[in-house]
Amino acid sequence: MDADKVFKALGDPTRTKVLDLLYEKNGQTLGQLCEHLDMARQSVTQHIGILESANLVSTVRRGREKLHFINPVPLQEVYERWVRKFERQRLSLLHDLKKELEGD
Amino acid sequence: MSNEKTSFVYVTYIRSTPEKVFEAITRPEIARRYWGHENVSDWKPGSAWQHVRANEQRTVNIVGKVVEVTPPTRLVITWASPSQATDPSSFSRVSFDVAPYEDMVRLTVTHDELEAGSGMAKGIQQGWPIVLSSLKSLLETGQGIDVFAKPKAASSGSLS
Repeated sequence: MDADKVFKALGDPTRTKVLDLLYEKNGQTLGQLCEHLDMARQSVTQHIGILESANLVSTVRRGREKLHFINPVPLQEVYERWVRKFERQRLSLLHDLKKELEGD
Repeated sequence: MSNEKTSFVYVTYIRSTPEKVFEAITRPEIARRYWGHENVSDWKPGSAWQHVRANEQRTVNIVGKVVEVTPPTRLVITWASPSQATDPSSFSRVSFDVAPYEDMVRLTVTHDELEAGSGMAKGIQQGWPIVLSSLKSLLETGQGIDVFAKPKAASSGSLS
């Protein structure tokens, strides 16, 4: 939703670890995620809350379980906003350089 | 082959109305503007639907059945590559849930019943984030993004 929230959410090693864990295996419970994180369950819950508010993690209730899914859509938006235009610029710089060197 | 299934949940918030979001999925003339494809069906439960490339070749890239239609809040379809359509186990399922959220719409795309590690599972993981961000861009700014654009070295296999 909000690029600032996305960057803030990504700016912490525990939270990027949570995203990596979900990338490896999507749809995990809090308990499963905690097995790989060396911290109190409550702290993990807080980190996941920040990821959720940045829309990087979405949750689905299945019966008694709450499953966590990585949601890369905001990353795609950041990519469009912050990466793609520099890629284009770089390509056009290379093109200019080539023209210059080849005397075209 | 293992029969393990996997699922993905994609969420985007769009400044629009549920009706417009629903139409953007189901009406070919809108879908082609941000997806490069049209979703073609009469959108009745039990009917077939096709995901057709919006160019001269009109290649059918995905086929399936309409499972549930509740405009403008919910659409459920099945999903398979045409080359695997004779194999019932190759069909996965896509649910679109459209809900008002403050002054926006929360669109949730749940793609489940996917065979873990399959080409389709890999393809949709690349495809949905691009398609949804292009949909958001179209509805908010009037312009989609190029869903076929990719870095030079990237592999093929987006949602196509």
